[in-house]
Amino acid sequence: MEISIFEAIGPIMVGPSSSHTAGAARLGRMAAKLTGQPFHHVDFGLHGSFAKTYQGHGTDLALVAGVLGMRQDDERLRDSFKLAKEQGLTYHFYETEISGAHENTVCMSFLLEDGTTREIIGSSIGGGQIKICSIDGFPLEMSLNMTTLLVINRDTKGIMYQIARILAANDINIATIKLTRQEKGAMACCVIETDSDITGSVLRELQEIPAVQTVKLIN
Amino acid sequence: MYHSLKELLQQAEDREVLLSEIVLDNEIELSGMEREKILQKLEERYEVMKRAAVRALGERLETAGNLISGIAMQHREYTAKGTTLCGEFMNLAMAMALSGSEVNASMGRICAAPTAGACGIVPAVLISIEQAKNCSEKAMLNALLTASGIGTVIMKNATVAGAEGGCQAECGVAAAMAAAAGVELCGGTPRQSVWAAVLALVDCMGLVCDPVAGLVQVPCAQRNASQTVNALTCIDLALAGMTLPVTPDEVVESMYKVGRMLPPQLRETAQGGIAATKSAQEITKRIFS
Repeated sequence: MEISIFEAIGPIMVGPSSSHTAGAARLGRMAAKLTGQPFHHVDFGLHGSFAKTYQGHGTDLALVAGVLGMRQDDERLRDSFKLAKEQGLTYHFYETEISGAHENTVCMSFLLEDGTTREIIGSSIGGGQIKICSIDGFPLEMSLNMTTLLVINRDTKGIMYQIARILAANDINIATIKLTRQEKGAMACCVIETDSDITGSVLRELQEIPAVQTVKLIN
Repeated sequence: MYHSLKELLQQAEDREVLLSEIVLDNEIELSGMEREKILQKLEERYEVMKRAAVRALGERLETAGNLISGIAMQHREYTAKGTTLCGEFMNLAMAMALSGSEVNASMGRICAAPTAGACGIVPAVLISIEQAKNCSEKAMLNALLTASGIGTVIMKNATVAGAEGGCQAECGVAAAMAAAAGVELCGGTPRQSVWAAVLALVDCMGLVCDPVAGLVQVPCAQRNASQTVNALTCIDLALAGMTLPVTPDEVVESMYKVGRMLPPQLRETAQGGIAATKSAQEITKRIFS
């Protein structure tokens, strides 16, 4: 396994803990990006070490800062509760147990503008690195270190071919790909990491595939 | 590519260059980033390090429970009196390490090296040498490359997580990174850099992680100061020719094995060491109730 020097010197972050503060901020920010809609309330279910030590490490401040869009090195992070109030965002923390989850795991339920809820579970796995583990019950695995495409589609034959064809035609190389589904013929979820950025026109092309329900780009 | 200290050193000696050059070439190949871009990213990190190393020297920062608020300023004021035992150089280095820790605990901006809990050590050592030896900016970025090269080899073969390897894996590895970089700044050879790094690991082998109230404050800040001193002394030891009758990679492997032998109570869980004392329990109650 190759490790970048910036994992030994870095990240630049707000203290005190790369897993409990920086990773938490990143989890919040990435989860907010995945909601795809404005939201005005978030419930944070804290599991394991997150539940036990969140106050001392500012995990709660970092999660709220993250969903407000702040990065892990933003010094306003410690004032995030005040900033949330100013922006009309409410939140609630509770302790929970998620079976089989990493020690530093949070379940975030976003109350969206259209009245629906989006539930995202993610873990802070050390050194500020994160893993999104599920979206609305779909098990998946996203580290979000690269340009990442999330495609939710109906489980039908040839869908991978159609997606790959569009990416290839636009000179986009797929680095990793992971496909999961709820059950045969039901909804499926595809996470694709690419080596280069993806433009709006490519997203529109993907969206036009009949079986595709949503396409989300996180970069 | 290098996967061990032996390979890293071999490549530097074969090409007759410093460790920093091997590390930079490897990063270019690994990331696909241009040389200038990598150096620019390092420069950003060094700027953050420098700010954190001096910030708490002049102001007392609020931290959870205020367990270490004001310790950096206190040490700078003591140093300024000119009556220290170990001299201005060593004491200012310790003050800067304490500052980095205090900034981190106050939710200020720091650069993890290799972790947030150990973020005071590499900057304190490098800035001290930069000032003492009047090093160029380029030399400082090269020093960071060397430090990170040592750090990545240890990450590959052992761990830098306190929860896995105790404090030796966090503050100890930071000292190792800083020592190797310091040797390069002082004009030492790549071989001396590697020895300085592993001497620093040997000097704190078995150091436990026992944070009072689970907070990254006590004894993390104090150990940032002491591991800064550890790194500085190992630089002199290595420059004088000190080696060990075991190989550098064996030392890294030993550090990892020792870490795994530590009971969970001594690995960041705040259930052993000074974290388990009556006083520490009372502090925990005071802060979290």
